Amino acid sequence: MFEKISLAILPVLILLILTFGIVKKVPVYEEFVEGAKDGFKVSISVIPYLVALIVAISMFRASGALDWLGSLFGFVLERFSIPTDIIPIMFTRSLSGSATLGLFSELAATNGANSFVTFLAAIMVGSSETTFYVLSVYFGSVGIKKFRYAILTGIIADITGIVLAILAAKLFFPASI
Amino acid sequence: MNYIFFFLIGISIIAGAVNNKLGDITSAIVSGCDIAVKIAFSLIGIMAFWLGIMRIAEKSGLITHISKLIYPLIKPLFSDIKKDSPAIGDITMSISANALGLTNAATPIGLKVMKELQEDNKEKDVATDSMCMFLGMNTAGFQLIPATVIAVLAGLGCNNPTKIIIPTLIVTTLAFITAIITAIILKKVWKIGGAE
Repeated sequence: MFEKISLAILPVLILLILTFGIVKKVPVYEEFVEGAKDGFKVSISVIPYLVALIVAISMFRASGALDWLGSLFGFVLERFSIPTDIIPIMFTRSLSGSATLGLFSELAATNGANSFVTFLAAIMVGSSETTFYVLSVYFGSVGIKKFRYAILTGIIADITGIVLAILAAKLFFPASI
Repeated sequence: MNYIFFFLIGISIIAGAVNNKLGDITSAIVSGCDIAVKIAFSLIGIMAFWLGIMRIAEKSGLITHISKLIYPLIKPLFSDIKKDSPAIGDITMSISANALGLTNAATPIGLKVMKELQEDNKEKDVATDSMCMFLGMNTAGFQLIPATVIAVLAGLGCNNPTKIIIPTLIVTTLAFITAIITAIILKKVWKIGGAE
């Protein structure tokens, strides 16, 4: 059901916009091409920002520094009897979407698709957005270099999301622990 | 951002040296550059497509209609947007696309919003309050149905993957509200001209 609706949204939206354009006598082909020209410029202009961010994050992940952070948080999580397998996802979900999905699939495969830690991870992944990627691409596309409080806002929302995901998992899936 | 950039790279090199992984770090630099360019290139086509579609929506007056409907709702959050700016309609479209999980459409529309906000920006390299609010909403990742996660769970034999929808929706909504409140509070304490 949900799947069918979400598959239909985009085509229906495109049809609506085009029909509205034709009805309002907009030269849809010419305007489409005119708008599409910007796609190239914008995509290319984010490259320097993406290189800076993705290289820094790739280095961080390759260095094993994530494991240090993990062992630091391990103590805290164990006190609340939360499986420490969740740690890599906690940190990666703000940094990289594809890496998070990879970690999630791996975690669900190792722990079983009906385990508590899998549900916890599912909520964490499902409610997240890759904060640092969004910030660098969006600000990068218009050349903003001083982000002011955007980073702090993103981080606070991410931390809230992690804490709430833990609470929600404990509340909704107590039997799976 | 300067400190975050320095921190990430500095810690990486120290940790790499201690963990004897300096070779891995060097190859991470090369592959990181490669991934960055690949992401940018893979954006070109889909960006062009959605910017084309959005231009039709704009020229036909559709965006203006949506803006007028939504304006009273989001006006208090984006106090520095002018009333006739197309940014309001586009912000609505962007957040809706995100909520529906249409990432491919959300990014081009979101970047269009940034361009419109930048037009009213006096200091071109400093983020405005509206930009911080918009990105705060964006990074909170509000989503109605976590389709990808459900697909992975189903693929691995979860007996009822849709039961994560409600808890995820609660978490994502609360995180979204937290982002808005945080941005409102920080706007008051973090005036332009202050620290980065």
